[in-house]
Amino acid sequence: MPHDHHDHDHFHHDGMSPSGHPYRADNDEPLSYWQCMEIAVRELLIEKGHVTPAEIAAQIEAMDARSPANGAAVVARAWTDPAFKARLLADASAASAEMGFDIGGLRLIAVENTGDVHNVIVCTLCSCYPRNLLGLPPDWYKTRAYRARTVKEPRKVLAEFGLELPETTQVRVHDSTADMRYIVLPARPAGTEGMDETALAALVTRDSMIGTGLPKTP
Amino acid sequence: MSEKFPFDGRRWHDMGGQDAGPVTPAEHDFALWEKRVDALQVLMSTKGHFTVDGLRRALEDMGEDAYEKYSYYERWIAAVNQNLIEAGLYTLEELGEKMDEARTRGETYGEAARG
Repeated sequence: MPHDHHDHDHFHHDGMSPSGHPYRADNDEPLSYWQCMEIAVRELLIEKGHVTPAEIAAQIEAMDARSPANGAAVVARAWTDPAFKARLLADASAASAEMGFDIGGLRLIAVENTGDVHNVIVCTLCSCYPRNLLGLPPDWYKTRAYRARTVKEPRKVLAEFGLELPETTQVRVHDSTADMRYIVLPARPAGTEGMDETALAALVTRDSMIGTGLPKTP
Repeated sequence: MSEKFPFDGRRWHDMGGQDAGPVTPAEHDFALWEKRVDALQVLMSTKGHFTVDGLRRALEDMGEDAYEKYSYYERWIAAVNQNLIEAGLYTLEELGEKMDEARTRGETYGEAARG
């Protein structure tokens, strides 16, 4: 089947992934109850004509194609184009779509870091994340520790990520919902005046768009 | 369920503001079966068989024990399955038979999923 070729091309690697994380060797470990349920649900849906293997493969490919690089491109555009930045802050879904990033039905809201305001995003109830722009959330975003504490003691949580903010910086925490997702527009680092959009995008990290980090400096 | 008594107005998933340990910045690349669960959730909700609220309802009804014990996509496949059965796309009996049959194919996910 075509999707099997896709699987073999993309998922059977040894060692570390391109992003530097270990692959889970789940395909070779004993079948778990929940993995078995996934197989059964998927096959029943295919047999009954509710979904095709090609649709599943295409959806996995589309999700894999989403990465923090998409968000970094949006941020770099906002840093270099004031009119785009204004549109981004007015409607981040529409501004992202301008650049070819389909945000779907989710309402995306960009919150801007300035000299005296730092924003951070969380989903206390579940795992809501700007996944249609940045890809799937990191594991820690979905942990009890991050969800419970970020709204209560954000400075301490940020310090655990190595981000110590001055007392004079106001910290704003944004709690996402299923239909309303946030992305942080980090402040453009000093010393980047001569850089073009592509070079600037390389400074924008995933965590800087969650608010648990800052962009790299040149 | 291990709801606190007296009930403080929140269910177990509503954890914003509670005490918890330090954030461990762990991450992993998702396994194929996890990506498939994610894809099924997106595709079947996009096709109108359930809503994100239906997914959340099932996740939140699983209780604190399941939340602490199972991984993210383990809870998701349970919630997706619950919603699809409720939508009438297949029955609990069909699910059970299919799971039994898949188990006979081999001992690993790769064998049982045939790729």
